[in-house]
Amino acid sequence: MRTAKHPFGFIGCVELRQALDKHALDERELMDRLEEVPPGSVFYHTHGYFLRHRPLTTAYGNDFARWAAVEVRDQALAERLAVVDPFGFPDLELLREELVTIIHDHLRRLNTVPRAELGGAFHFQQSHIVQVELGPLATTLAEFRDGLAAVDASAIYFHMVEARTRLGRPSGDFAEWLRTSLELPALADRIERIDTYMTSLERVRARVLSLVDQALEEEAA
Amino acid sequence: MTRIDDYRQVAPPGVVDIILKLAERVRGRRFLHVSGGRFGGGAAEILRAVVPILCDMGIDTHWEITGGDPGFYTTTRALQAALEGAERVLADEALAHYVEMNRVNAKKLSFEADLVVVHDVQPATLVAQRSDGRWVWRCHFDCSRAQRRAWSFFRQFVAQYEAAVFSLPEFGRRLGVPQYIIYPSIDPLSEKNRELTPREVATILASLRLSQDKPLLVQIGPFTRAQDPLGVVNAYRLVKKHYDVRLVLAGTAGDERESLEVLAELREAAHHDPDIVVLELPPDAHLQINALQRGATIVLQKSLREGFGLGAAEAMWKGKPVVGGFGGGLAQQIISDVTGYTVHSVEGAAFRLRHLLNNPELIARMGTAGREHVRRTFLVTRNITDYLALLIHLSG
Repeated sequence: MRTAKHPFGFIGCVELRQALDKHALDERELMDRLEEVPPGSVFYHTHGYFLRHRPLTTAYGNDFARWAAVEVRDQALAERLAVVDPFGFPDLELLREELVTIIHDHLRRLNTVPRAELGGAFHFQQSHIVQVELGPLATTLAEFRDGLAAVDASAIYFHMVEARTRLGRPSGDFAEWLRTSLELPALADRIERIDTYMTSLERVRARVLSLVDQALEEEAA
Repeated sequence: MTRIDDYRQVAPPGVVDIILKLAERVRGRRFLHVSGGRFGGGAAEILRAVVPILCDMGIDTHWEITGGDPGFYTTTRALQAALEGAERVLADEALAHYVEMNRVNAKKLSFEADLVVVHDVQPATLVAQRSDGRWVWRCHFDCSRAQRRAWSFFRQFVAQYEAAVFSLPEFGRRLGVPQYIIYPSIDPLSEKNRELTPREVATILASLRLSQDKPLLVQIGPFTRAQDPLGVVNAYRLVKKHYDVRLVLAGTAGDERESLEVLAELREAAHHDPDIVVLELPPDAHLQINALQRGATIVLQKSLREGFGLGAAEAMWKGKPVVGGFGGGLAQQIISDVTGYTVHSVEGAAFRLRHLLNNPELIARMGTAGREHVRRTFLVTRNITDYLALLIHLSG
């Protein structure tokens, strides 16, 4: 069995949420505030959605779409925002631009600006991620598999989402380690292609495990 | 005493390990909570669960309380009500006395800590006598509609903290310090939430003279108009035309006029219908509340206005669907169509109750989803994780 040049350490995370003093009562205000908030807030309301809404409520894809659907009851805007895959953008500014453009285009076709019901304002937030090193280090694919099966789901989020978008590791930590330390490029490519959008962290874990199991079987054969 | 390992059986897998790892990182740092008392609900109920667990993990954690004379308590009650939006007259002398009493309190307390978390109004002005360490004001209520004058006075103290913590973003106000968001939590191992056998539930309900011979619709909460118990009675009446159910309204009556009026109106309604049961419970009736929620078929929490309010989370932890209003944190707790329904009206509540009674499999499915939602979001283990993250974030 191959042994990694560098061991893999699983890192879980805890999200400390911070309210920003930015609120929107209607869709125009949502668009205006969305242009002003720090990139961390765009990340929180899009990618962070998958850390918070597990496993029951990933129905809207991001907080903006959820707000449009639930608080404003504007299903058209909700659908257009929900389909934006945050993982499909190389940086947060491009994601922000896409979201603002969708809202702008939507408002252009309306005579009145849809407004949230009483008390249903959108409150912009951002988060601070506290990293937590978990479990023993993995030096083989089998050890990696065992670790992955046992770690808290926040580790899946950290290595597959946070690492890619905020920490400048576009392949994600799992694929990067498998490629560079275990020299398993084919498996790394398959894991890198996993669609993390509109699913739960547990499903992402199950998909990675299934690919790793397949690789272990091939190695044994 | 409960220990962190006891929570492995109820918390989501891996969470206790994360907490232990976070605890390792803050070992050697001192954590101090200050509140106005050790008893009752709100901050004290959460601290009674959180502090022993932090100590069990070897974190140097202390919980101090402030005291005062009757004038101090009268002023802090009025100030808190004003900060929650009620009309109150606050005399300058009374406010000065409040500040002075906390100056006296400060002399008796040691603030040697890396992070000092001061809860709610009573001890809030202690910050004027602060020492080293980071100071955070933890606000457990909604101060977004505070009386202007009361807020102007109070804000000068909040501004002296490094940060404030609110239960929801909409509960805060414009401040010059960072505002963090931490949901309150329930302790799944407490008397109010621990597992009870069906036999224990039956025995406790029998002691309340409550029979389980028909489906129980249960609302638990103070007898105030904000909780809309009369609206619940009207919703029940609409349901009763189609289903033979019993309504239980349980809560603690205060000695305020509004509470007594509401209770009298409910008793009048109950007088004409033996299936409306009004239970006045003492403040420490935790086991009875536990049994009532477990014995319920559906739990109502039709509040028009309240603080965060954890009644829905408590009921969902017991596997019950909740039909609730939009007040306070209900919209955060109830995932509509998944763990229950949020409703805007008496008719809406009746419609959802009928829908659930007509689809018993939905009751079971929503109950299961509700328990999982609470497991991930509203258990004390999540609260501890948040506090440790705050300690790490603020004290480096």
